Amino acid sequence: MIAHSVFFYIFSLIAIISAVMVTVSKNTVHSVFFLILDFISISCLFIMIGAEFLGMIMLIVYVGAVAVLFLFVVMMLNVAEQKGQWFSSRWDGGTHIPVGLLVSLIIFFELIIVIGGWKYKPDLLNSLSINISTEVTNTRSIGNVLYTDYILLFQISGMILLVAMIGAIVLTYRERAGVKRQSYIKQISRERDEGVDLVEAERNKGVKIDA
Amino acid sequence: MDSYFSILFTEVYKILFLLVPVLVSVAMIVWLDRRVWAFVQKRRGPNVVGPFGLFQSLADALKYIFKEIIIPASSNKLVFVLAPVVTMTLALISWAVIPFGEDFVLADINVGILYLFAVSSLGVYGIIMGGWASNSKYPFLGAIRSAAQMVSYEVSIGVIIINVLLCVGSLNLSDIVMAQQNLWFVIPLFPMFVIFFISALAETNRPPFDLPEAEAELVAGYQTEYSGMMYAMFWLGEYANILLMCAMGAVLFLGGWLSPIDIFPFNVIPGPFWLIFKILFLFILFALVKATVPRYRYDQLMKLGWKIFLPFSLFYVVLTSSFLLYFDLLPGK
Repeated sequence: MIAHSVFFYIFSLIAIISAVMVTVSKNTVHSVFFLILDFISISCLFIMIGAEFLGMIMLIVYVGAVAVLFLFVVMMLNVAEQKGQWFSSRWDGGTHIPVGLLVSLIIFFELIIVIGGWKYKPDLLNSLSINISTEVTNTRSIGNVLYTDYILLFQISGMILLVAMIGAIVLTYRERAGVKRQSYIKQISRERDEGVDLVEAERNKGVKIDA
Repeated sequence: MDSYFSILFTEVYKILFLLVPVLVSVAMIVWLDRRVWAFVQKRRGPNVVGPFGLFQSLADALKYIFKEIIIPASSNKLVFVLAPVVTMTLALISWAVIPFGEDFVLADINVGILYLFAVSSLGVYGIIMGGWASNSKYPFLGAIRSAAQMVSYEVSIGVIIINVLLCVGSLNLSDIVMAQQNLWFVIPLFPMFVIFFISALAETNRPPFDLPEAEAELVAGYQTEYSGMMYAMFWLGEYANILLMCAMGAVLFLGGWLSPIDIFPFNVIPGPFWLIFKILFLFILFALVKATVPRYRYDQLMKLGWKIFLPFSLFYVVLTSSFLLYFDLLPGK
């Protein structure tokens, strides 16, 4: 049990330090790397309390997909160069700081509420309609709850994500003119008659192709 | 506390017992790859060092060790050094869950297949880190290409895994193998096996999908600035990943450690050997593909991944689940 708590403190320490480093570090790409470290140590914590399914899904979704996209955006847009400007007086680009303060205030109060709710956790566990048994693997028990009691919410959240995805594609899609696309069917179905043309070339004039 | 350390020591022995053979076989597999490649092209391949040139990889490794490690002046040094380490580590830790036989597995965890999938999706970080930290154009382009490619093909691999899981009803790799006792999944799920094989080629940046390191365009992609032992670590990590993909294919579709037919001369051969045979078979297929198929264009690669493989494997999920539901074959009832 001692070893268990030692590992718990190691992983939580890494998580907290890297969470701080995400905001503190000057280089934006480093911030993303610290974010990844944070995700990984949190998934380790999940695995330690026996929620291995959640831990693995955390790794696959957040580290394997979301953070890669973050990294992509940060690398491509070169955000690192802009970072210093936001807090300097010369930059008058907008109202980032008040908005940021508002959002962080909201998150702060939410966190306080969540930590306060920790007190009521035993009552909450007793009031659950399903009883948690250790015999069944947690993948199976999550499936049992997710696809029966909460199927409607599950489906609706899937639909919302789908709509968001399609919306993002529609917003960013631009038809570009002059792009040559390859069509396999067109290539394969080409015959000799349309591909080869016998041209009588006139003397001293040559032939104009693509006319 | 005391018992904890005794457990730790036995685990360390087990890990060494697993890792040393994996590393040796990675070296051997590089030799095999080059040999197969040479035979297809009617060359001899490496045949000088040791019998049949078997020690070629060891000679290469020795050469890499004695070469100078050059760290570019304008690179991000910490990330630059970390990148090959990440690649190598991720390639090795995934071997923990591969079952070599009944009760012959290092970590028999319930979510084994998810663990494999998670670790292989982390593999992209070594490449991105290397490409970005080099602070140079070719590595950066290579890293971007590689990341886009790996993320795309991971999606179809995930859907293929769902197909297999539908037939098994468990995420445990040993359960997946035991579910194939009567029928290997390669027979009912043959199209998925083909797609898995091709996606594995793309996932490990093997030809014909080796665009991240296409030498004609990008010198060597994300590895351009690496030299000496750091380059060798990228290289070893890449081959360990290829072996892992072969092992994954063997476990998911070819029945893992099970013998093809349960009769006398076959079932005497112990399970691990069968798994090794299957991994080698898949690897030789990988090598043959490398020797015979020309490189894809990047837009063709993306088209194949997103417009052909993903819809087809999604369709196959629907097909598999309806089949299982209709004939009442769903596991775990």
